[in-house]
Amino acid sequence: MEMNRRKFLKLGTAAVAGLGAAAAVANPAVAAAVNGSYKEAPGKRSNVTWGMVIDMNQMDEATLSKCIEVCHKYHNVPNIDTKKDEVKWIWPETFEHLFLDEVHEKMGEKYKGKTFMTICNHCEEPVCVRVCPTKATFKNAQGVVGMDMHRCIGCRNCMAACPYGARSFNFKNPRDYLDEINPTYPTRMKGVVEKCNFCSERLAVGELPLCVEAAGGAIVFGDINDPNSAVSKKIAENFTLQRRTNLGTKPKVYYIV
Amino acid sequence: MKKTNIIIGIVIFAVLVTVPFWSAILSPANGAAPEVSFDTPVINQLSGDNYKCVEDVEWMRAHHMDLLNDWKVQVVRDGNRVYISEDGTEYLASLQNTCFECHSNYEDFCLKCHTYSNVNPTCWECHVEPTVVGGAK
Repeated sequence: MEMNRRKFLKLGTAAVAGLGAAAAVANPAVAAAVNGSYKEAPGKRSNVTWGMVIDMNQMDEATLSKCIEVCHKYHNVPNIDTKKDEVKWIWPETFEHLFLDEVHEKMGEKYKGKTFMTICNHCEEPVCVRVCPTKATFKNAQGVVGMDMHRCIGCRNCMAACPYGARSFNFKNPRDYLDEINPTYPTRMKGVVEKCNFCSERLAVGELPLCVEAAGGAIVFGDINDPNSAVSKKIAENFTLQRRTNLGTKPKVYYIV
Repeated sequence: MKKTNIIIGIVIFAVLVTVPFWSAILSPANGAAPEVSFDTPVINQLSGDNYKCVEDVEWMRAHHMDLLNDWKVQVVRDGNRVYISEDGTEYLASLQNTCFECHSNYEDFCLKCHTYSNVNPTCWECHVEPTVVGGAK
């Protein structure tokens, strides 16, 4: 058979198309779609914006330690001693560090060096969400800034962007620094960023965040858009501070000092 | 060049390129499909209509990864924690708190098939499989 370039290409194309068709007939596509449906767990409140007031008149260091312990234990947060590698969801910070614009020379001894509870502020305008290239960090319908660990590529843009230092990077495998693993909650892996999630896994089933329960009244949690909620009343009746309001991030964590 | 030499060359090339296929077919270890175990305390308790997985078993075998992927998005991003299966049963959409409840035998269930099909899902880097519970590391 005389074969020229044109004939060869024609024959080749036909052969490939034929093979493709044969493969499609041999392996008919099985329905991959998930046909079930989803709903919210009973007790979950959807039409709310979660916020938190930390009353520092009631929050002593023992209570704070308890909050950190229950949170870190439940969420499998590793306990790493070195400053560079440490991972934290709730941590103690001094007044001067927390409210650097409120500090002045003659400030009362009562406030100097006082330990404050610090967590992610769950900003209404979260910078971390804007800079995340994979949308791993997102703000959900209830205003909680959460993380989809499956999508985090560990670029740490969010850590550079967050003005509150609320994010930690897993430089080491966190499982090596856990004494005990809580089997009901995942751990993280080396190379992802993590932070407080306002206990969104508990809010999703109608429960309060762990630190709120552990603080025994020192933390008030609720819907900050409902003027009749306990948290809104607390904010309305007291003088409250927020961290670095001048940045326009609109934090949802309020402090009574 | 002689025609026979060219043909011999083509045959050698074809054999080398298809090594993965025929070595898999010939190797006795790779031939048999793995037997996954359903012998766990919770599954042994199930009987009658309750003896079922979240969805049809054949579908689960082929598409459990699609289901888990879907759960992941619904749970993490939308906060929809309850999955209603095709037959109307409600399940908490959670790998650790629902799947592992029954399939508490990671090594004889998940791992067997994953090894056989040579896939390395990264689920276990974070999700705690029943065997490591209690003791870290």
